[in-house]
Amino acid sequence: MRTVVVMVMLVFLPFVTPAYAKTAHYEAVVAEPFLELHTGPGRGFPVFHVVDRGQHIEVLKRRTDWFQVQTDRGVRGWVKLAEMRATLDTAGSATKIDDPDVDDYKARRWEAGVGLGDLDGASVISVYTGYHLTRNLSVEARVGDVSGDFSDGWLATVDIVHQPFPAWRISPFAMLGTGIIQINPKATLVSTEDRTDQVGHVGLGARLYVTKRFMFRAEYSSYLTFTSRDDNEELDEWKAGFTFFF
Amino acid sequence: MESRIHLLLLRAAALSLLLAATAGCSLLGRSREPAEDANASSPVIDPRIERREVSPPKIDSEDFEVTGYYGMLSVEDFGTNSVIGARLAYHITEGLFAEATLAQTGDVDQTSAEILGNYDLSFGSDRKYKYYDLSLGYNLLPGEVFIGRNHAFNSAFYVLAGAGNTTFHNEDMFTLSFGGGYRILLTDAIGLHFDVRDHLFDDDISGEDKTTHNIEFTLGLSWFF
Repeated sequence: MRTVVVMVMLVFLPFVTPAYAKTAHYEAVVAEPFLELHTGPGRGFPVFHVVDRGQHIEVLKRRTDWFQVQTDRGVRGWVKLAEMRATLDTAGSATKIDDPDVDDYKARRWEAGVGLGDLDGASVISVYTGYHLTRNLSVEARVGDVSGDFSDGWLATVDIVHQPFPAWRISPFAMLGTGIIQINPKATLVSTEDRTDQVGHVGLGARLYVTKRFMFRAEYSSYLTFTSRDDNEELDEWKAGFTFFF
Repeated sequence: MESRIHLLLLRAAALSLLLAATAGCSLLGRSREPAEDANASSPVIDPRIERREVSPPKIDSEDFEVTGYYGMLSVEDFGTNSVIGARLAYHITEGLFAEATLAQTGDVDQTSAEILGNYDLSFGSDRKYKYYDLSLGYNLLPGEVFIGRNHAFNSAFYVLAGAGNTTFHNEDMFTLSFGGGYRILLTDAIGLHFDVRDHLFDDDISGEDKTTHNIEFTLGLSWFF
């Protein structure tokens, strides 16, 4: 029941955000001989209208690299990023548009992502978020959902991550962290107790900048579980996933 | 002859007089110029120009899409059940998107063994099938559909693959999911989705380990924001 309520709330969340005054749309002036309007925001959508040089357009919204514009005659269509950049604002300066690129990647502060992998034979799915204190050093917090043949559980860690070459498109990193792991043996097996233990881990990995705000990330971690039993346990984790930065 | 030389000399004298007068004039002119400069109130170029702040205009970007959906999920060995769920997608480029899904069925049907043997499989209290997954999708075939003579709607056929977790009979199972779907945009911000997805996981509820396929058909309504 609770899940249903959460899901319903998730669906309606965007509709209940507080209303704010709609600001006037950005107005641009066509500076090239003409501006092409496409029927949709993507490759292949045909050009159905052209706006001549000197005419004004209103920019209504953006979807990925496409802009929905409206001419002063009320015709609506989609313009691609490169052509939008070639327009001027009403004061005559070139239209400036945010487009995250490799420079933003190098100067990023926040990142968040998901990973998928193997923790000593069990599957693990994890989400994490990280904050860059400097270009080299960041702190990260992650939660992983572990499911194996004999047991399932979760783990949560806090890490310090160091990347020696932040400007590289493929940037290797090393990490060091600590956290807790909980393992619940499966009910179909002989009943055993759930265990919650502290873990410490070291890891190596690399991020690969792909495009826009998007990166791939792969990593290996070695966990040491501090159990209350006689021996500490060692676990290996291999993981790959994708990340967005902000 | 004499008179010709006389004329030449006369001409030379007149020319030199003219030259001297022009030179004198220009000299006079030059000497007056500095006086004019001193009286000038504004210089030709003012170096103190206000710098214009050029910041990117605020354009409403709609790269997120939230979907509510309802459909049928065929839970292997447990009949076909209604399923309700929600998705949140982030459109990275015009082709690529990332998506998170959360859903659950009602109480699943009984297996034939339960019906024929007239008993309940030990499920604890919960007969619901719940799952979440994280996927990457790609708009493979974007296009337009035409309804009647006057209406065109943007559409896309997309494929996706992802991984997640299923909670069923009080156990968590690592789950892979694959599928495809068709999106028609009713307006620029509202979309209608038809989706078919297969959720695969290993289950031992029947006593032996096997990979189960749980195929899902859903109809969803989405909103871009």
